[in-house]
Amino acid sequence: MKSFWALILRDLRLAVREGGAIGTALGFFLVVVSLMPLGLGPDLNLLARIAAGVLWIALLLAALLSLNRIFEADYEDGTLDVLATGPLPLELVSAAKALAHWITTGIPLAVLAPILGILLNLDLNAYPILVATTLLGTPAVSFLGAVGAALTMKTRRGGLLLALIVLPLYVPTLIFGISAVSAGAGPGGLGASFLILAAISLVTVVLGPVAAAAALRVQLQ
Amino acid sequence: MKKENTNRGVGQNAPPLLNPASWNPITVQLIAEDLVIDRGARRVIEGLSFAVRQGEALVLTGANGIGKTTLLRTLAGFIQPFRGSIKLDGGDPELSVAEQAHAVGHANAVKASLTVFENATFWNSYLETGGQSSARIQAALQHFGLEDLAEFPAAYLSAGQKRRLGLARLLVAHRPLWLLDEPTASLDAASSERLVAAINAHTGKGGMAVVATHLPLALDRARTLDLSALKVAA
Repeated sequence: MKSFWALILRDLRLAVREGGAIGTALGFFLVVVSLMPLGLGPDLNLLARIAAGVLWIALLLAALLSLNRIFEADYEDGTLDVLATGPLPLELVSAAKALAHWITTGIPLAVLAPILGILLNLDLNAYPILVATTLLGTPAVSFLGAVGAALTMKTRRGGLLLALIVLPLYVPTLIFGISAVSAGAGPGGLGASFLILAAISLVTVVLGPVAAAAALRVQLQ
Repeated sequence: MKKENTNRGVGQNAPPLLNPASWNPITVQLIAEDLVIDRGARRVIEGLSFAVRQGEALVLTGANGIGKTTLLRTLAGFIQPFRGSIKLDGGDPELSVAEQAHAVGHANAVKASLTVFENATFWNSYLETGGQSSARIQAALQHFGLEDLAEFPAAYLSAGQKRRLGLARLLVAHRPLWLLDEPTASLDAASSERLVAAINAHTGKGGMAVVATHLPLALDRARTLDLSALKVAA
Protein backbone atom coordinates (compact mmCIF):
# COMPACT_ATOMS: atom_id res chain seq x y z
CA MET A 1 0.00 0.00 0.00
CA LYS A 2 2.93 2.28 0.71
CA SER A 3 4.13 1.77 -2.86
CA PHE A 4 0.65 2.64 -4.17
CA TRP A 5 0.60 6.00 -2.39
CA ALA A 6 4.23 6.67 -3.30
CA LEU A 7 3.34 6.21 -6.96
CA ILE A 8 0.27 8.49 -6.73
CA LEU A 9 2.23 11.16 -4.88
CA ARG A 10 4.98 11.05 -7.48
CA ASP A 11 2.47 11.38 -10.32
CA LEU A 12 0.76 14.32 -8.61
CA ARG A 13 4.12 15.99 -8.05
CA LEU A 14 5.09 15.43 -11.69
CA ALA A 15 1.75 16.83 -12.85
CA VAL A 16 2.26 19.99 -10.80
CA ARG A 17 5.90 20.40 -11.88
CA GLU A 18 5.29 19.78 -15.56
CA GLY A 19 1.88 21.41 -15.63
CA GLY A 20 1.50 21.07 -19.37
CA ALA A 21 -1.11 18.32 -19.41
CA ILE A 22 -3.54 20.02 -17.02
CA GLY A 23 -3.09 23.39 -18.67
CA THR A 24 -3.71 21.99 -22.15
CA ALA A 25 -6.83 20.10 -21.06
CA LEU A 26 -8.33 23.08 -19.23
CA GLY A 27 -7.44 25.48 -22.03
CA PHE A 28 -8.96 23.19 -24.65
CA PHE A 29 -12.13 22.83 -22.59
CA LEU A 30 -12.40 26.63 -22.27
CA VAL A 31 -11.82 27.28 -25.95
CA VAL A 32 -14.25 24.64 -27.26
CA VAL A 33 -17.05 25.76 -24.94
CA SER A 34 -16.53 29.45 -25.72
CA LEU A 35 -16.63 28.74 -29.46
CA MET A 36 -20.15 27.30 -29.13
CA PRO A 37 -22.08 30.55 -28.48
CA LEU A 38 -20.01 32.23 -31.19
CA GLY A 39 -20.96 29.55 -33.68
CA LEU A 40 -24.60 29.10 -32.69
CA GLY A 41 -25.56 32.72 -32.15
CA PRO A 42 -26.96 34.44 -29.06
CA ASP A 43 -30.15 32.40 -28.78
CA LEU A 44 -30.29 31.94 -24.99
CA ASN A 45 -33.00 29.30 -25.04
CA LEU A 46 -31.11 27.17 -27.55
CA LEU A 47 -27.88 27.49 -25.57
CA ALA A 48 -29.57 26.55 -22.31
CA ARG A 49 -31.08 23.49 -23.94
CA ILE A 50 -27.78 22.17 -25.34
CA ALA A 51 -25.55 23.37 -22.48
CA ALA A 52 -25.26 20.02 -20.68
CA GLY A 53 -24.43 18.15 -23.88
CA VAL A 54 -21.85 20.68 -25.02
CA LEU A 55 -20.15 20.72 -21.62
CA TRP A 56 -19.98 16.94 -21.42
CA ILE A 57 -18.67 16.47 -24.97
CA ALA A 58 -16.07 19.21 -24.55
CA LEU A 59 -15.02 17.68 -21.23
CA LEU A 60 -14.52 14.26 -22.81
CA LEU A 61 -12.49 15.70 -25.67
CA ALA A 62 -10.38 17.76 -23.27
CA ALA A 63 -9.69 14.72 -21.08
CA LEU A 64 -8.75 12.76 -24.19
CA LEU A 65 -5.88 15.18 -24.86
CA SER A 66 -4.11 14.22 -21.66
CA LEU A 67 -4.78 10.48 -21.70
CA ASN A 68 -1.82 9.43 -23.84
CA ARG A 69 0.64 10.63 -21.22
CA ILE A 70 -0.65 8.22 -18.56
CA PHE A 71 1.80 5.48 -19.53
CA GLU A 72 3.79 6.90 -22.43
CA ALA A 73 6.13 9.09 -20.38
CA ASP A 74 6.94 6.26 -17.98
CA TYR A 75 7.46 3.85 -20.85
CA GLU A 76 9.85 6.14 -22.68
CA ASP A 77 12.22 6.74 -19.79
CA GLY A 78 12.20 3.12 -18.62
CA THR A 79 10.29 3.80 -15.41
CA LEU A 80 7.52 1.40 -16.38
CA ASP A 81 9.98 -1.51 -16.48
CA VAL A 82 10.97 -0.79 -12.91
CA LEU A 83 7.38 -0.24 -11.79
CA ALA A 84 6.56 -3.66 -13.25
CA THR A 85 9.31 -5.38 -11.21
CA GLY A 86 8.22 -3.61 -8.04
CA PRO A 87 6.09 -4.97 -5.23
CA LEU A 88 2.83 -3.73 -6.77
CA PRO A 89 1.02 -5.89 -9.32
CA LEU A 90 0.53 -4.12 -12.66
CA GLU A 91 -3.20 -3.89 -11.94
CA LEU A 92 -2.52 -1.63 -8.97
CA VAL A 93 0.12 0.30 -10.92
CA SER A 94 -2.54 1.03 -13.56
CA ALA A 95 -5.08 1.91 -10.87
CA ALA A 96 -2.66 4.31 -9.20
CA LYS A 97 -1.83 6.01 -12.46
CA ALA A 98 -5.49 6.29 -13.50
CA LEU A 99 -6.39 7.66 -10.08
CA ALA A 100 -3.61 10.24 -10.33
CA HIS A 101 -4.93 11.18 -13.78
CA TRP A 102 -8.42 11.63 -12.36
CA ILE A 103 -7.12 13.85 -9.57
CA THR A 104 -4.99 15.98 -11.88
CA THR A 105 -7.35 16.17 -14.87
CA GLY A 106 -10.83 14.89 -13.97
CA ILE A 107 -11.33 17.05 -10.90
CA PRO A 108 -10.03 20.31 -12.45
CA LEU A 109 -12.27 19.75 -15.50
CA ALA A 110 -15.27 19.03 -13.27
CA VAL A 111 -14.60 22.20 -11.30
CA LEU A 112 -14.24 24.29 -14.44
CA ALA A 113 -17.46 22.92 -16.00
CA PRO A 114 -19.97 25.09 -14.01
CA ILE A 115 -17.91 28.21 -14.67
CA LEU A 116 -18.12 27.50 -18.38
CA GLY A 117 -21.84 26.80 -17.90
CA ILE A 118 -22.29 30.56 -17.56
CA LEU A 119 -21.17 30.96 -21.17
CA LEU A 120 -23.95 28.61 -22.24
CA ASN A 121 -26.74 30.09 -20.09
CA LEU A 122 -27.03 26.85 -18.14
CA ASP A 123 -30.11 26.73 -15.89
CA LEU A 124 -29.15 27.92 -12.40
CA ASN A 125 -30.76 24.90 -10.71
CA ALA A 126 -28.56 22.59 -12.76
CA TYR A 127 -25.22 23.88 -11.40
CA PRO A 128 -24.89 21.61 -8.34
CA ILE A 129 -26.08 18.64 -10.38
CA LEU A 130 -23.58 19.43 -13.12
CA VAL A 131 -20.69 19.46 -10.64
CA ALA A 132 -21.94 16.25 -9.03
CA THR A 133 -22.35 14.40 -12.33
CA THR A 134 -19.01 15.50 -13.73
CA LEU A 135 -17.25 14.49 -10.51
CA LEU A 136 -19.09 11.18 -10.57
CA GLY A 137 -18.55 10.52 -14.28
CA THR A 138 -14.90 11.52 -14.71
CA PRO A 139 -13.44 8.46 -12.90
CA ALA A 140 -14.86 6.41 -15.76
CA VAL A 141 -13.11 8.78 -18.17
CA SER A 142 -9.73 8.24 -16.49
CA PHE A 143 -10.00 4.51 -15.86
CA LEU A 144 -11.30 3.67 -19.35
CA GLY A 145 -8.74 6.05 -20.76
CA ALA A 146 -5.97 4.15 -18.98
CA VAL A 147 -6.92 1.03 -20.98
CA GLY A 148 -6.62 2.95 -24.24
CA ALA A 149 -3.39 4.59 -23.08
CA ALA A 150 -1.88 1.20 -22.25
CA LEU A 151 -2.88 -0.18 -25.65
CA THR A 152 -1.39 2.73 -27.60
CA MET A 153 1.63 3.27 -25.33
CA LYS A 154 4.20 2.25 -27.94
CA THR A 155 2.46 3.89 -30.89
CA ARG A 156 4.16 7.04 -32.06
CA ARG A 157 1.61 9.86 -32.21
CA GLY A 158 -1.06 7.40 -31.17
CA GLY A 159 -3.44 10.15 -30.07
CA LEU A 160 -5.93 9.59 -32.86
CA LEU A 161 -5.89 5.83 -32.40
CA LEU A 162 -6.46 6.39 -28.70
CA ALA A 163 -9.48 8.57 -29.48
CA LEU A 164 -10.91 5.89 -31.77
CA ILE A 165 -10.51 3.22 -29.09
CA VAL A 166 -11.70 5.21 -26.13
CA LEU A 167 -14.45 7.56 -27.35
CA PRO A 168 -16.99 4.81 -28.14
CA LEU A 169 -16.48 3.47 -24.62
CA TYR A 170 -17.41 6.90 -23.23
CA VAL A 171 -20.92 6.76 -24.77
CA PRO A 172 -22.71 5.42 -21.64
CA THR A 173 -21.03 7.99 -19.41
CA LEU A 174 -21.97 10.73 -21.85
CA ILE A 175 -25.61 9.66 -22.16
CA PHE A 176 -26.27 9.32 -18.44
CA GLY A 177 -24.17 12.37 -17.57
CA ILE A 178 -26.27 14.53 -19.88
CA SER A 179 -29.58 12.96 -18.89
CA ALA A 180 -28.83 13.53 -15.21
CA VAL A 181 -28.23 17.23 -15.81
CA SER A 182 -31.24 17.62 -18.11
CA ALA A 183 -33.51 15.66 -15.79
CA GLY A 184 -32.27 17.78 -12.93
CA ALA A 185 -34.11 20.76 -14.37
CA GLY A 186 -37.34 18.84 -13.82
CA PRO A 187 -38.41 16.85 -10.77
CA GLY A 188 -38.07 13.18 -11.81
CA GLY A 189 -35.47 10.97 -13.41
CA LEU A 190 -32.48 12.47 -11.68
CA GLY A 191 -31.92 9.62 -9.28
CA ALA A 192 -31.88 6.89 -11.89
CA SER A 193 -29.37 8.60 -14.18
CA PHE A 194 -27.24 9.50 -11.22
CA LEU A 195 -27.11 5.95 -9.94
CA ILE A 196 -26.33 4.48 -13.36
CA LEU A 197 -23.53 7.01 -13.79
CA ALA A 198 -22.11 5.98 -10.42
CA ALA A 199 -22.41 2.32 -11.39
CA ILE A 200 -20.54 2.90 -14.66
CA SER A 201 -17.74 4.64 -12.80
CA LEU A 202 -17.49 1.91 -10.18
CA VAL A 203 -17.37 -0.85 -12.80
CA THR A 204 -14.63 0.90 -14.76
CA VAL A 205 -12.63 1.58 -11.58
CA VAL A 206 -12.62 -2.17 -10.92
CA LEU A 207 -12.26 -3.55 -14.45
CA GLY A 208 -10.24 -0.80 -16.13
CA PRO A 209 -6.97 -1.51 -14.25
CA VAL A 210 -7.26 -5.24 -15.01
CA ALA A 211 -7.61 -4.57 -18.73
CA ALA A 212 -4.87 -1.94 -18.67
CA ALA A 213 -2.50 -4.31 -16.88
CA ALA A 214 -3.16 -7.02 -19.46
CA ALA A 215 -2.35 -4.54 -22.23
CA LEU A 216 0.82 -3.43 -20.42
CA ARG A 217 2.03 -7.03 -20.04
CA VAL A 218 1.79 -7.51 -23.80
CA GLN A 219 3.44 -4.17 -24.52
CA LEU A 220 6.37 -4.72 -22.15
CA GLN A 221 7.49 -7.96 -23.82
CA MET B 1 18.40 -35.18 -29.36
CA LYS B 2 22.17 -35.09 -29.48
CA LYS B 3 22.00 -31.38 -30.15
CA GLU B 4 20.07 -30.73 -26.99
CA ASN B 5 22.70 -32.41 -24.87
CA THR B 6 25.68 -30.54 -26.22
CA ASN B 7 24.29 -27.04 -25.95
CA ARG B 8 23.52 -27.13 -22.27
CA GLY B 9 25.84 -25.17 -20.05
CA VAL B 10 28.44 -22.66 -21.13
CA GLY B 11 30.89 -24.57 -23.24
CA GLN B 12 32.77 -27.80 -23.30
CA ASN B 13 35.75 -26.61 -21.27
CA ALA B 14 33.78 -24.83 -18.60
CA PRO B 15 32.79 -26.69 -15.44
CA PRO B 16 29.19 -27.93 -15.49
CA LEU B 17 26.92 -25.13 -14.37
CA LEU B 18 23.80 -27.06 -13.63
CA ASN B 19 23.91 -29.68 -10.98
CA PRO B 20 21.44 -28.49 -8.38
CA ALA B 21 21.38 -31.76 -6.46
CA SER B 22 24.93 -31.34 -5.21
CA TRP B 23 24.36 -27.88 -3.71
CA ASN B 24 23.30 -26.90 -0.30
CA PRO B 25 19.56 -26.25 -0.56
CA ILE B 26 19.62 -23.47 2.06
CA THR B 27 21.60 -21.06 -0.08
CA VAL B 28 19.81 -18.83 -2.53
CA GLN B 29 20.44 -19.43 -6.18
CA LEU B 30 18.95 -18.44 -9.48
CA ILE B 31 18.29 -21.46 -11.65
CA ALA B 32 17.32 -21.30 -15.29
CA GLU B 33 16.52 -24.63 -16.87
CA ASP B 34 16.33 -25.44 -20.55
CA LEU B 35 15.31 -21.96 -21.62
CA VAL B 36 13.93 -21.48 -25.10
CA ILE B 37 13.15 -17.85 -25.91
CA ASP B 38 11.53 -16.50 -29.06
CA ARG B 39 11.61 -12.87 -30.14
CA GLY B 40 9.17 -12.16 -32.91
CA ALA B 41 9.40 -15.17 -35.20
CA ARG B 42 13.06 -15.73 -34.40
CA ARG B 43 14.39 -18.21 -31.87
CA VAL B 44 17.00 -16.25 -29.94
CA ILE B 45 17.98 -18.65 -27.20
CA GLU B 46 17.62 -22.40 -27.34
CA GLY B 47 18.18 -24.92 -24.60
CA LEU B 48 20.08 -22.68 -22.21
CA SER B 49 20.54 -23.81 -18.64
CA PHE B 50 22.58 -22.07 -15.99
CA ALA B 51 22.66 -21.31 -12.33
CA VAL B 52 23.90 -18.30 -10.39
CA ARG B 53 24.81 -19.24 -6.87
CA GLN B 54 24.70 -17.07 -3.81
CA GLY B 55 27.50 -14.51 -3.85
CA GLU B 56 28.21 -15.01 -7.52
CA ALA B 57 28.19 -12.74 -10.53
CA LEU B 58 27.41 -14.07 -13.99
CA VAL B 59 28.78 -12.01 -16.86
CA LEU B 60 26.92 -12.37 -20.15
CA THR B 61 29.03 -11.70 -23.21
CA GLY B 62 28.54 -12.04 -26.93
CA ALA B 63 28.12 -9.93 -30.03
CA ASN B 64 25.29 -7.44 -30.53
CA GLY B 65 21.98 -9.13 -31.13
CA ILE B 66 23.05 -12.43 -29.63
CA GLY B 67 20.28 -12.25 -27.02
CA LYS B 68 21.82 -10.73 -23.88
CA THR B 69 19.02 -8.21 -23.40
CA THR B 70 16.40 -10.82 -24.30
CA LEU B 71 17.79 -13.16 -21.67
CA LEU B 72 17.87 -10.42 -19.03
CA ARG B 73 14.32 -9.30 -19.83
CA THR B 74 13.20 -12.91 -19.60
CA LEU B 75 14.83 -13.24 -16.18
CA ALA B 76 13.08 -10.00 -15.17
CA GLY B 77 9.75 -11.50 -16.15
CA PHE B 78 8.89 -9.21 -19.08
CA ILE B 79 9.22 -11.94 -21.68
CA GLN B 80 7.61 -15.32 -21.20
CA PRO B 81 10.02 -18.06 -22.30
CA PHE B 82 8.65 -20.44 -24.91
CA ARG B 83 9.87 -23.33 -22.79
CA GLY B 84 11.87 -23.80 -19.64
CA SER B 85 11.74 -22.36 -16.17
CA ILE B 86 13.39 -19.68 -14.09
CA LYS B 87 13.29 -19.85 -10.36
CA LEU B 88 15.00 -18.35 -7.38
CA ASP B 89 15.78 -21.32 -5.19
CA GLY B 90 15.76 -20.42 -1.52
CA GLY B 91 14.18 -17.05 -2.16
CA ASP B 92 10.84 -15.80 -0.89
CA PRO B 93 8.33 -18.34 -2.22
CA GLU B 94 5.54 -15.75 -2.26
CA LEU B 95 7.37 -13.42 -4.61
CA SER B 96 8.18 -13.92 -8.27
CA VAL B 97 11.77 -13.79 -9.48
CA ALA B 98 11.09 -10.33 -10.90
CA GLU B 99 9.89 -9.02 -7.55
CA GLN B 100 13.18 -10.09 -5.98
CA ALA B 101 15.30 -8.52 -8.69
CA HIS B 102 16.55 -5.10 -9.67
CA ALA B 103 16.40 -4.74 -13.44
CA VAL B 104 18.54 -1.96 -14.90
CA GLY B 105 18.08 -1.68 -18.63
CA HIS B 106 19.24 0.78 -21.25
CA ALA B 107 16.91 3.50 -19.98
CA ASN B 108 17.65 5.12 -16.64
CA ALA B 109 14.12 5.51 -15.26
CA VAL B 110 15.00 9.03 -14.14
CA LYS B 111 12.29 11.71 -14.04
CA ALA B 112 13.69 14.96 -15.42
CA SER B 113 11.43 17.30 -13.43
CA LEU B 114 12.20 15.72 -10.06
CA THR B 115 15.40 16.43 -8.18
CA VAL B 116 18.07 13.78 -7.77
CA PHE B 117 17.00 13.25 -4.17
CA GLU B 118 13.30 13.02 -5.05
CA ASN B 119 14.06 10.43 -7.72
CA ALA B 120 15.99 8.32 -5.23
CA THR B 121 13.35 8.81 -2.51
CA PHE B 122 10.57 7.67 -4.82
CA TRP B 123 12.39 4.46 -5.71
CA ASN B 124 13.13 3.85 -2.06
CA SER B 125 9.50 4.22 -0.99
CA TYR B 126 8.16 2.37 -4.03
CA LEU B 127 10.55 -0.59 -4.06
CA GLU B 128 11.40 -1.00 -0.39
CA THR B 129 8.55 -2.64 1.46
CA GLY B 130 10.03 -1.87 4.87
CA GLY B 131 10.29 1.62 6.29
CA GLN B 132 11.69 4.49 4.31
CA SER B 133 15.25 5.19 5.28
CA SER B 134 16.91 8.44 4.39
CA ALA B 135 20.27 7.08 5.53
CA ARG B 136 20.02 4.41 2.87
CA ILE B 137 19.18 6.99 0.18
CA GLN B 138 22.07 9.21 1.26
CA ALA B 139 24.46 6.27 1.19
CA ALA B 140 23.29 5.28 -2.29
CA LEU B 141 23.74 8.81 -3.65
CA GLN B 142 27.10 9.07 -1.94
CA HIS B 143 28.32 5.80 -3.38
CA PHE B 144 27.67 7.04 -6.90
CA GLY B 145 29.06 10.50 -6.16
CA LEU B 146 25.74 12.33 -6.43
CA GLU B 147 25.43 13.77 -2.92
CA ASP B 148 26.42 17.27 -4.07
CA LEU B 149 23.74 17.18 -6.77
CA ALA B 150 20.94 15.98 -4.48
CA GLU B 151 18.81 19.14 -4.77
CA PHE B 152 19.49 19.51 -8.50
CA PRO B 153 16.67 18.77 -10.99
CA ALA B 154 17.60 15.62 -12.87
CA ALA B 155 16.95 17.43 -16.17
CA TYR B 156 20.28 19.26 -15.81
CA LEU B 157 22.37 16.14 -15.23
CA SER B 158 24.80 14.87 -17.84
CA ALA B 159 24.23 11.47 -19.46
CA GLY B 160 26.77 9.84 -17.15
CA GLN B 161 25.25 11.45 -14.06
CA LYS B 162 21.77 10.29 -15.08
CA ARG B 163 23.18 6.80 -15.51
CA ARG B 164 24.68 6.97 -12.02
CA LEU B 165 21.31 8.08 -10.63
CA GLY B 166 19.66 5.17 -12.42
CA LEU B 167 22.22 2.82 -10.88
CA ALA B 168 21.75 4.34 -7.42
CA ARG B 169 18.37 2.58 -7.50
CA LEU B 170 20.29 -0.67 -6.90
CA LEU B 171 21.30 0.58 -3.48
CA VAL B 172 18.16 2.40 -2.30
CA ALA B 173 16.24 -0.85 -1.95
CA HIS B 174 17.50 -4.34 -1.21
CA ARG B 175 16.96 -7.06 -3.79
CA PRO B 176 18.92 -10.33 -3.79
CA LEU B 177 19.25 -10.46 -7.57
CA TRP B 178 20.62 -7.70 -9.80
CA LEU B 179 20.01 -7.86 -13.55
CA LEU B 180 22.22 -5.29 -15.26
CA ASP B 181 22.13 -4.65 -18.98
CA GLU B 182 25.28 -2.85 -20.09
CA PRO B 183 25.43 -0.88 -16.85
CA THR B 184 28.66 0.90 -17.78
CA ALA B 185 27.16 2.67 -20.81
CA SER B 186 28.12 6.39 -20.71
CA LEU B 187 30.02 5.96 -17.42
CA ASP B 188 33.58 7.23 -17.03
CA ALA B 189 36.35 5.02 -15.63
CA ALA B 190 35.94 6.23 -12.04
CA SER B 191 32.17 5.70 -12.10
CA SER B 192 32.61 2.23 -13.58
CA GLU B 193 34.86 1.41 -10.65
CA ARG B 194 32.17 2.61 -8.25
CA LEU B 195 29.69 0.36 -9.98
CA VAL B 196 32.04 -2.62 -9.83
CA ALA B 197 32.58 -1.90 -6.12
CA ALA B 198 28.81 -1.85 -5.60
CA ILE B 199 28.36 -5.17 -7.40
CA ASN B 200 31.25 -6.75 -5.48
CA ALA B 201 29.84 -5.53 -2.17
CA HIS B 202 26.44 -6.93 -3.14
CA THR B 203 27.77 -10.36 -4.09
CA GLY B 204 30.09 -10.25 -1.07
CA LYS B 205 26.99 -10.04 1.13
CA GLY B 206 25.44 -13.05 -0.59
CA GLY B 207 23.62 -11.32 -3.43
CA MET B 208 23.60 -12.43 -7.03
CA ALA B 209 24.18 -10.44 -10.19
CA VAL B 210 23.75 -11.11 -13.88
CA VAL B 211 25.62 -8.52 -15.91
CA ALA B 212 25.60 -8.14 -19.68
CA THR B 213 28.64 -6.19 -20.73
CA HIS B 214 31.16 -5.67 -23.49
CA LEU B 215 33.85 -4.29 -21.18
CA PRO B 216 35.98 -6.45 -18.92
CA LEU B 217 34.84 -5.58 -15.39
CA ALA B 218 36.89 -6.48 -12.32
CA LEU B 219 34.14 -8.49 -10.68
CA ASP B 220 34.86 -10.86 -7.83
CA ARG B 221 33.51 -14.41 -7.92
CA ALA B 222 32.43 -13.91 -11.51
CA ARG B 223 31.82 -16.50 -14.17
CA THR B 224 31.31 -15.77 -17.81
CA LEU B 225 28.52 -17.08 -19.98
CA ASP B 226 29.36 -16.49 -23.62
CA LEU B 227 26.11 -16.57 -25.54
CA SER B 228 27.90 -16.73 -28.90
CA ALA B 229 29.59 -19.96 -27.87
CA LEU B 230 26.11 -21.26 -27.21
CA LYS B 231 25.03 -20.18 -30.66
CA VAL B 232 27.95 -22.01 -32.23
CA ALA B 233 27.22 -25.12 -30.24
CA ALA B 234 23.60 -24.99 -31.25
